[in-house]
Amino acid sequence: MNRFDYARPASVAEAVQAGAGEQVRFLAGGTNLIDLMKENVDRPTTVIDINRLPLNAIEELDGGGLRLGALVPNAETAWDARVEQRYPLLSSAILAGASPQLRNAATNGGNLNQRTRCYYFYDVATPCNKREPGSGCGAIGGVNRIHAILGASDQCIATHPSDMCVALAVLDATVQVTGPEGDRAIPIADYHRLPGDEPWRDNTLKPGELVTGIDLPAEDFTQTYTYLKLRDRLSYAFALVSIAVAMRVEDGTIAEARVALGGVAHKPWRSTEAEKLLKGQHPSPQAFGTFADALLAGAVGQGENDFKIPLARKGIVRALKQAAEATPQSQTDKRVA
Amino acid sequence: MPTAVNTATYAAVPIGTVPTTLTINGETRTRAIEPWTTLLDLLREGEDLIGTKKGCDHGQCGACTVLIDERRINSCLKLAVTLDGADITTIEGLGQPGDLHPLQSAFCNHDAFQCGYCTPGQICSAQGLINEGKAKTRDEVRELMSGNLCRCGAYSNIVDAVLDVIGEQA
Repeated sequence: MNRFDYARPASVAEAVQAGAGEQVRFLAGGTNLIDLMKENVDRPTTVIDINRLPLNAIEELDGGGLRLGALVPNAETAWDARVEQRYPLLSSAILAGASPQLRNAATNGGNLNQRTRCYYFYDVATPCNKREPGSGCGAIGGVNRIHAILGASDQCIATHPSDMCVALAVLDATVQVTGPEGDRAIPIADYHRLPGDEPWRDNTLKPGELVTGIDLPAEDFTQTYTYLKLRDRLSYAFALVSIAVAMRVEDGTIAEARVALGGVAHKPWRSTEAEKLLKGQHPSPQAFGTFADALLAGAVGQGENDFKIPLARKGIVRALKQAAEATPQSQTDKRVA
Repeated sequence: MPTAVNTATYAAVPIGTVPTTLTINGETRTRAIEPWTTLLDLLREGEDLIGTKKGCDHGQCGACTVLIDERRINSCLKLAVTLDGADITTIEGLGQPGDLHPLQSAFCNHDAFQCGYCTPGQICSAQGLINEGKAKTRDEVRELMSGNLCRCGAYSNIVDAVLDVIGEQA
């Protein structure tokens, strides 16, 4: 790990002031940043320890939603009684990720901002346009079993590794940020971005901006939902493909269905256009399959990850069935219902 | 202004270090710590508490698990300076020869290890699991102990040992 200056601001305003500068990093739980620093992928000159900032509460919002403080640990969020009761999809997705120890340290803001686990991004001996702009992409034509099938560019095929964010995409969350130019709110769909020709930008945060919280609107997806995560091991592994579903079924037909995919793109993958195909349908393998084809339109394999396209299609159909039948995937008993 | 650590308020503190107070296994100590020091390295090299093990050093194996304010954490991914004021329990603080913690006894009784390298992390993790109170069944213990790898493959006996202690406390 490189040497750096360390500061521990006492207020958000001080943190923002201290956060100006190119090689300055905010440190929260540290589960990703410290690892990246050990690998020399990130070499900040200044580390701003934000752990003492008052962003560590879960609060009620007017209108029935919840604000998840940026510094609340993932485990505390998943096991918060209000989250468990009102947003069980979010609890399930968080508990599908990482390990208990990591979830105790990792924060909600840090989960949003974690970097890809692309092997080439992590290996400083190889080219990577995300780590070193212009150096090339080792994954294209290389070892790419875990890489993107949707929304990739000719410069980067990395995926966003979060489970939590896939649920947030379905729940239409809003990311609250503050920065040198003041506060702003970013819809989750606009927070992460596709790599395009600027693959070093994971998200739409501006320089020096700090995530302060995540707002969940009032929703009623407490029965007909699921988070289905498909991976090489049953626990403690990143998703090859994951599927978050939230659905409303009225009189035997689908009144609303929202679906987001993890592990397949540079951001949680969702299409509100494709979701219109499910509205008014009776839950059926045919309707689910038609939707899956629409959501996966344009999917391209890179060789080793070609299997993800049929895996995602089957996973979408299975997850929609789980949600429609109100039998969400257990994150403990790993049998897929 | 943020705390300018390099110009620390303690004149005697070496340049670049941060005065940090930690309570480790019940004993409170203040140290001048370089900010890039992980809790794991501090415990092993600064405090001579070598029960906590360095496996992968990347948060992937769980061998370095300790309890910070009663929560299980990978000590390899925590900078010690960020923990000022925290209460830390390592395997040495859970039990000692002649005065074993119930989990240590259960691991012995169930033959829940071979080489023993992962064991301190397994036991600290199991204590964290018990503190959380979320695991009752075998499936739940398996899932919530998944952050601790055992390359000898003693998993089934580890789960038996943890279930034994949960049962005693129920």
